[in-house]
Amino acid sequence: MELTPEEQGMLAGDRGEAVKKAVEYQIEVGRFWGAKRFVPVTNVHMMGDIEVMGDGGLEWLQGTAKLGGRCVVGTTTNARCIDFAQCKRIGQDEGEAVKEKALIATLQRMNVVTTDTCINYQTVYQPHLGEHVAWGDTGTVIYANSVFGARSNFESGPAALAAGITGRTPAYGFHLDEHRKGTFTVELNAKLDDLADWGAVGKLVGESHQNYYAVPVFHGQRRAPGADELKHLGAALASYGSMGMFHMVGVTPEAPSVEAALAGNTPTDRMAIGDAEIESVYRGYKLGDGDARLVVFSGPQQSLFEMKLLAELFDGRKVAAGGSVFVTTNNQILSQSRQLGYAQKLEAAGVTILEGVCFYILQNLSPMRIANKWTNMVSNSAKIVNIIGAHRFNTILRRTRDCVEIACSGTLK
Amino acid sequence: MLGNAQVSAAIRVSRAYGPVVEGEAVVSEEGFSPRYDLDRWTGLITKPGHKLEGTNIKDKVCFFPTAKGGIAAGWAFFDIKWKKIAPKAFIFGVTNPVMVQGAVFAGITITEGWAPHPREAVKTGDWVRVDPAAKTIEVLRRA
Repeated sequence: MELTPEEQGMLAGDRGEAVKKAVEYQIEVGRFWGAKRFVPVTNVHMMGDIEVMGDGGLEWLQGTAKLGGRCVVGTTTNARCIDFAQCKRIGQDEGEAVKEKALIATLQRMNVVTTDTCINYQTVYQPHLGEHVAWGDTGTVIYANSVFGARSNFESGPAALAAGITGRTPAYGFHLDEHRKGTFTVELNAKLDDLADWGAVGKLVGESHQNYYAVPVFHGQRRAPGADELKHLGAALASYGSMGMFHMVGVTPEAPSVEAALAGNTPTDRMAIGDAEIESVYRGYKLGDGDARLVVFSGPQQSLFEMKLLAELFDGRKVAAGGSVFVTTNNQILSQSRQLGYAQKLEAAGVTILEGVCFYILQNLSPMRIANKWTNMVSNSAKIVNIIGAHRFNTILRRTRDCVEIACSGTLK
Repeated sequence: MLGNAQVSAAIRVSRAYGPVVEGEAVVSEEGFSPRYDLDRWTGLITKPGHKLEGTNIKDKVCFFPTAKGGIAAGWAFFDIKWKKIAPKAFIFGVTNPVMVQGAVFAGITITEGWAPHPREAVKTGDWVRVDPAAKTIEVLRRA
């Protein structure tokens, strides 16, 4: 890689050992992908929680902080794995909670803003067209690239932290024009009137085109989707297809037309999705033993409008006896949901609202599943029904209203 | 050991990082995510229905056609290395940046792109050698 004098100085240790190690690591990653140079980044979003980092990761982080590691651009954190207020009640390990607090304190010493949210793009920072950022959580990256027209690769925790420490990231992947062109087209000819429907589109397209550099170009949609719908579409594309970008003609900024989005590429495939394909997604889930006692609204965290909708749907109702309903969101949204009365309506119905976490990364989730004898997990998030598999749930995608009905009736359909 | 002709049977990879390693091959027809598919306390692939469900990847050379998800690999690879349940190498047909960032961070050998396809050259249980600098994978012993 070609290094600027400033980057050569970093490599020589002029800015300390933590910066030297970070830039060395970034050069190795950049070399793998054939990056020719670095690009400066203005914002970093990183995953870092004790469940995924483990004791080894925490020790490494504390060591890096001692070496003087400190982020030099605005850096925020993704959803974490422990709800401190409710960890004992829901069956999380208090010893791990102590470690999680130590981890958060270490990140704060490193100049990281611990927002604990996977919807930073809805609540914290909205980059502009062409802005280079280094974000992690795949859902944040695909939203940044597609909806904002910003530029980011999937940046894992250590890679994002390195970008925060050096203020730059290797220029490969979606930082470059050549990878932002559409590679295949998807005609949308379906009603798509629930968040889960948009997630189902992401499942259909992602599963059949698993490739980070596959960029679908959606067209023909009956109306422009809203932010939450794009959120569920993007999260599902990233989850099922490992995709980092999509275009939607007339909706996303780099797609005024199919031709413009393809930018000279000949599409490798031309998909079409209608109502029949969406319905087949829902029919494809096996109901297992019929267990309807776990319904989850998470992955990504809920926006204020999702909280409002759930409050309306649960208003005056009760979660069925023996059932558990979890909603996860960030501190900002939860605070405003309390101010507006949404949280109270949900809690009155027996819904548990978890703050700053995402359900699928909850610490101790497998033991929680066993202790509660949960077998199925029902959700309106196509992403979470895909990614929770290692915890051995049988997962079922249903539309938002159907999820609420299942939760309150205790009957799975 | 095989005869020379068989030893030279090799896969060329497109991109590679890490030290030379040898190990038992596990060849998957399905993609992989350490977050979605793996029990990160035992090294077992536990996702119900995964084509390698029940397989332990510790010390193996793992061939996966694709990467699934997920940002978590960055820390997860370091975590499984720390717990001494990491594979020797990840050999991907197509991967994503997170897998590479995670493998580099953990010091685990990783490659992307292959010719010929492993199904034509390697079987689960074969003993293979991965040389990232030479961008080759050789079969040293058949299962």
